[in-house]
Amino acid sequence: MYEFEFVKPATVGEAVAALAEEDAQALGGGQTLIPTLKQRLAMPSRLVSLSGITEMQGISDSGGVLTIGGAATHAAVAAGAASYPALAELASHIGDPAVRNRGTIGGSLANNDPAACYPAAALGSGATIVTNSREIEADDYFQGLFETALEEGEIITAVRFPVPEKANYQKFVQPASRFALVGVFVARFADGVRVAVTGASEEGVFRWREAEAALSANFAPDALDGLSVDAEGMIADLHGSKEYRAHLVAVMTKRAVAAAG
Amino acid sequence: MAKVSMTVNGKAASGEVEGRTLLSSFLRDTLGLTGTHVGCDTSQCGACVVHVDGKAVKSCTMLAQEADGSDVATIEGQANADGSLNVIQQAFQDHHGLQCGFCTPGMVMSAAALLKDNPKPTEAEIREYLEGNLCRCTGYHNIIKAILAASGQDVSAIAAE
Repeated sequence: MYEFEFVKPATVGEAVAALAEEDAQALGGGQTLIPTLKQRLAMPSRLVSLSGITEMQGISDSGGVLTIGGAATHAAVAAGAASYPALAELASHIGDPAVRNRGTIGGSLANNDPAACYPAAALGSGATIVTNSREIEADDYFQGLFETALEEGEIITAVRFPVPEKANYQKFVQPASRFALVGVFVARFADGVRVAVTGASEEGVFRWREAEAALSANFAPDALDGLSVDAEGMIADLHGSKEYRAHLVAVMTKRAVAAAG
Repeated sequence: MAKVSMTVNGKAASGEVEGRTLLSSFLRDTLGLTGTHVGCDTSQCGACVVHVDGKAVKSCTMLAQEADGSDVATIEGQANADGSLNVIQQAFQDHHGLQCGFCTPGMVMSAAALLKDNPKPTEAEIREYLEGNLCRCTGYHNIIKAILAASGQDVSAIAAE
């Protein structure tokens, strides 16, 4: 790693001020950023740790909306999101236990890895990304591979999840990394079904609208019979071809619907 | 350079670190606690697992300054007060849960974290919990057996391998 200055502010305001310096970078749990720094793929002048900000830690539930602090770890969400079991279950299978004790929801969403789990939950739930300066709907937030609507120095302070009637996340695990080779989050709300797919597309997480329409009419695995996603634009690597991933999207969506009941 | 202070295995410890100093480097190079191993240095192998404020973390993927003020436990602090092996360490010896031993500090620390939250885990729960701890020698079988035994469960029916 190149040397940098480390600061650990206690409030969001102090963190925003610390990030105003050129080449300053926010640090969530560091489970992606620290390996990136070790490879010298980034050279921040200053790391601003968000782990000491109490106001970004909590998980609260009110009126069918679950609000999770941006610095909440995956382990904290797994233990604390009881009112949204599909989300707790998703959090409990990210990485491994030690990674879950450090990695944070805000860090994962800010990084927007195309194979990460949380983007599927946020997009699939129609969550709201709350930052130090505004609120961003999930549909506007994810903008492609590692790209988000966040501005320079903007911090995810919380994520608000509307709790669906039924939901489930199915992850086909890439066994070496434990990221999703393909992961599908299905959520049924009173006004319709949302389906979000991670791990599959070269553009990052996306909504499978055709499946949403079919499932909104009939929330059953059979409703997806005959539907498929185009292999064009899917990720191809040594773990799976475009066609394989496209096939998995339909399979994992069916499994998620079946598991959601 | 900045000063960090923490409690390590029940004793106060402090030292000067850079921003980029990893917790694993601080433990090994500054404090001389070389029981915490750095295997892959890419947060995959788990040989560097220690407990920070009671939670298992990969010390090669946490900055030393993030642990400032924390309570840290490493493999060096696991033995009983009289120096004898604790129940997990003894079970690893009794059930041949190690061969070269390189991954063992991380295995023991992960096992300790698991048994704290889940005192009687099933074999499947142990295997899932150890997803982030790699062993290249044993094939895991005897590690799992050792942890089952350390939790007080009968392992006599599990064949020795």
